[in-house]
Amino acid sequence: MSDNHSSQQKQKQYEDYVKKITPVHSLGLNMCKAFFTGGIICVLGQFILNYAGKLGLDKETSGSWCSLILILISVILTGCNLYSKIGKFGGAGGLVPITGFANSVAASAIEYKAEGQVFGIGCKIFTIAGPVILYGILCSWILGVIYYIFKFAGGLL
Amino acid sequence: MNRQMTCGASSIAFRNPVFIQSCACVAGQKESEGPLGTCFDIINEDPMFGADTWEAAESTMQKQAATLAVQKAGLQNRDIRLLFAGDLLAQTVASSFGTAGLGIPFYGLFGACSTMGESLSLGSMCIAGGYGSHILCATSSHFASAEKEFRFPLGYGNQRPLSATWTVTGAGACVLGCNPPTRDSAKISGSASDTTSAGNSVRYPGTLRDNNTCAVITGLTTGRLIDFGFKDSFNMGGCMAPAACDTIAQNFKDFNRKPEDYDAIFTGDLGMVGQKILFDLLSEKGFDISSRHQDCGMLIYDPQTQDTHSGGSGCGCAATVLAGHILPNIINGTWKRILFVPTGALLSKVSFNEGDSIPGIAHAVIIEQYQLPNIP
Repeated sequence: MSDNHSSQQKQKQYEDYVKKITPVHSLGLNMCKAFFTGGIICVLGQFILNYAGKLGLDKETSGSWCSLILILISVILTGCNLYSKIGKFGGAGGLVPITGFANSVAASAIEYKAEGQVFGIGCKIFTIAGPVILYGILCSWILGVIYYIFKFAGGLL
Repeated sequence: MNRQMTCGASSIAFRNPVFIQSCACVAGQKESEGPLGTCFDIINEDPMFGADTWEAAESTMQKQAATLAVQKAGLQNRDIRLLFAGDLLAQTVASSFGTAGLGIPFYGLFGACSTMGESLSLGSMCIAGGYGSHILCATSSHFASAEKEFRFPLGYGNQRPLSATWTVTGAGACVLGCNPPTRDSAKISGSASDTTSAGNSVRYPGTLRDNNTCAVITGLTTGRLIDFGFKDSFNMGGCMAPAACDTIAQNFKDFNRKPEDYDAIFTGDLGMVGQKILFDLLSEKGFDISSRHQDCGMLIYDPQTQDTHSGGSGCGCAATVLAGHILPNIINGTWKRILFVPTGALLSKVSFNEGDSIPGIAHAVIIEQYQLPNIP
């Protein structure tokens, strides 16, 4: 037991030591880049929204067009091998908006195309995006239940 | 009669030296733009190597290196008794598909990035044991197939940490033999592949011999699996440095040598982070190798201009640097005796996701300059 403990301690010691000597990206600089990249993508989205509004579309339809156009741009950039450069520069700024999600799906589809339409693209297209879809749906379900309970409780009062 | 050639706890000292008859290396474009860009035999600017998939590209590359090494030795495939080859892909497909057409009896290896050390070790043991007069050792790695196997699809936009290494697109091969390489170099007609261009300044287009100078393997130390419980797959240097330390220290102990007994000590792909750890761990054991240590991963790329972060990695890293840089420099006398220690991080995506650590391994091969007696 004590042997196990000391080996765990040794492991922790080594991890701490490696962490200490390993250089890391500058957090401040990375956050600025992420803010800049994510900001530009959002400004682009806002531009599409406003333009759609000007054309007389209602708010919901404008939103759909905005998402669709951003996804299309992202997929085309992924196909041209440009989105990975945006992601490398912008980090979370390129990852978090809808364009990052589209990139992860398109990149998987391109990579696994060689393994076939079913076992390649079909099975592996959501390799990266899958967790987001699964836990996104799960979270909205849980929130829906909570909302329902509060609504029910509110109705009783 | 005592037939044992063992030496210390885990080393072998060969009674007769094992000759490196020829060596060949193939590299991609990024490697050709690095500091060792002029050392490679074949540089292929097409990352697909004329194939349809990344795996097939790596197979093609390994076949090119293997074929070229056999040609340089002035031999035919049927002259090669055994082939030891491996790579990073699951079920080592690059080696099995790449070398299938050669028709040479084949042992497939997996030692992660230490594979060149593993294949040279096994090959030289077979030569010393009398199991063949010519044995081929080959390995390869490809940036794209390794990213696909271990990390993310290429088009995915993510940031690599500064401790990450860049998998070398390259393949290396050596022909080992019990006799010295012949003096008459075979004529290489550039027929290794029609889709490639020969490198610009190949120093040894034929056998690895200059007048009476050859390169020989005189001993080896087989590495143990070393697991410090480290779990960062983007910091392979941290996984492998303890293994490199263990093997190097064991080599000193088994052969009763000091760091000064080697003109240079080459690790495979520790990178900048791993090198620092190796120095610290070895100094705890009382050895200082900093004046003679070089890391193949740090030699192959220029981190300032090539954005490779900690350095190069992959089986092809140690293999191409050995064939393109180290062996020619042993022949021309830059170093008389070196320790070549390719390092491997035995990363499996499955065991890693299941919470297991990444054990490291390193195999040491002693390579020396050898002067043949002057026979008129």
